[in-house]
Amino acid sequence: MDQTVQLGPLTLKNPVITASGTFGYGLEFMRYGDLTALGAICLKGISLAPREGNPTPRIAETPCGMLNAIGLQNVGVKKFLAEKLPYIPPGTTLIANLYAQTPEDFGELAAIFAAQERVAALEVNISCPNVREGGVQFGQDPAMAARVTSAVKKRAGSKPVMVKLSPNVTDVTVIARAAVDAGADMLSLINTLSGMSVDIRTRRSRLANIVGGLSGPAVKPVALRMVHQVTRAVQVPVIGMGGITSAEDVLEFILVGAHAVQVGTFNFMRPDNAFRLVEEVRTLAESLGISSWDEYRGTLRA
Amino acid sequence: MNTTQTPCRELQVLSCRPGTEPTLVDLVLSPPGWTCRAGQFVMIRPLDWGSELVWPRPFSVCDVSDAGLRIFFQVVGRGTRKLAGLQPGQKVAVWGPLGRWFRIDENRPNLILAGGVGIAPFVMLARREKTDNLSMLFGHRLDLCHYPYAEIADRIESEAMRQTTAADIAAFETVLSGRIKTLSGIGQVLACGPEPMLKVVRRYCLMHGTEGQISLENRMACGVGACLGCVGRTVTGEYVQSCVHGPVFDVRDIDLGE
Repeated sequence: MDQTVQLGPLTLKNPVITASGTFGYGLEFMRYGDLTALGAICLKGISLAPREGNPTPRIAETPCGMLNAIGLQNVGVKKFLAEKLPYIPPGTTLIANLYAQTPEDFGELAAIFAAQERVAALEVNISCPNVREGGVQFGQDPAMAARVTSAVKKRAGSKPVMVKLSPNVTDVTVIARAAVDAGADMLSLINTLSGMSVDIRTRRSRLANIVGGLSGPAVKPVALRMVHQVTRAVQVPVIGMGGITSAEDVLEFILVGAHAVQVGTFNFMRPDNAFRLVEEVRTLAESLGISSWDEYRGTLRA
Repeated sequence: MNTTQTPCRELQVLSCRPGTEPTLVDLVLSPPGWTCRAGQFVMIRPLDWGSELVWPRPFSVCDVSDAGLRIFFQVVGRGTRKLAGLQPGQKVAVWGPLGRWFRIDENRPNLILAGGVGIAPFVMLARREKTDNLSMLFGHRLDLCHYPYAEIADRIESEAMRQTTAADIAAFETVLSGRIKTLSGIGQVLACGPEPMLKVVRRYCLMHGTEGQISLENRMACGVGACLGCVGRTVTGEYVQSCVHGPVFDVRDIDLGE
């Protein structure tokens, strides 16, 4: 079976993308598999200036999942372009993940990545729950989501723009429509669910940031429901994510309407998981007699 | 060794022995086909763990040889409790060796300062190093027989001190301080143990101007540099990942928040 997925102008070898913030700059995983075999890599969120991130502890394990409050620690776009990008193997499909605190800075970042031949698409992070400014503030307000999307789109040149949505909203389809109306070429969802974990003995939160973002298998049913809703509300391709840990999970998201998927926490469970998943998805799809993703996508029976 | 193989292997449990002290576990896995340096670590996640515990667990390598990969660990939570119940024949995913190791200076005295289960990486060090310039001071809470102390003491000059009371801890600190002072300008310390002990080691190293290396034990999700969860803070205020820039750091570089 041909595993190819068409996302507007962007062709992926297969539907397995590694989620931003869980796969570094790809370089960290080169020892564990062939980066060029993946559908794409969403790079760790990058801002104009370097960010040091939140105090520790930043992560906590929870039943069937984990909380994180990293706070978008990253080396900044300049250092990324000079010290990381050149070392990522040619042939790897890269999606830059952009974070900024104002629509103007989002636009600046988009312009920088638009000029990078190695970058195939831009993912706009308006859904990080762990930063004070920008982040989920933009993702919870349809007017702000639209402003950021159009600021990025204006400067993105020929690069397709993917907007990453937050599940921490009353109606995800409202934000989805606002982003698409403002020019988003595709959407990705869900980012993490806002959550907490506390220690009754020390009477402290398990995260220095008090709250964090929940990911992992625990969130999968929520993610599946939201992807299902959004694929019915908009016409653009949707990339589904949230708790995927098997080929069955990947097909579930495609069945409810996703074009492709991202895997996140799964990469922490074992560093070669994404690479193995590509093969497992192929095997499963063939065993089910699926002839193409277009044929299977969104065929959930009423 | 097959060079196209990635550092992630599926190894078999050869033995898993909680001794008479159930919180300390000696785990031996089938040989991984690689070797490593003392202070490096591996990530371990049994294949049958399912989804309930999503993270692998990081452990210092206690020893690695043709006999297998040996991990000596303490039961501290849900994950280590489950690992303590591993049975021979079960399979675990293991990736490593990871991180930076203890650097021995063969021409000067190297003093190991180990606390409790922090003795683990020094088993390999004592077995391999030929230098006579290596000795150990070991602080422990449980009876000495529960730790692989004798294996080290057979090879290098070693001293053990047990701490069960506040007075014991104060006495241990006094000895630590004295030993660290003695090495000022002429040798170095290599420390692995609970954070309160590392803070004491760091304080006296700075006070006496003694060189040292300490192994940090931070909460870790991936072990490979991606999650940014295991960061420690440097004295210049930057966050550094203990998985790739550590876990062994120069004692002068890391701020332990004392």
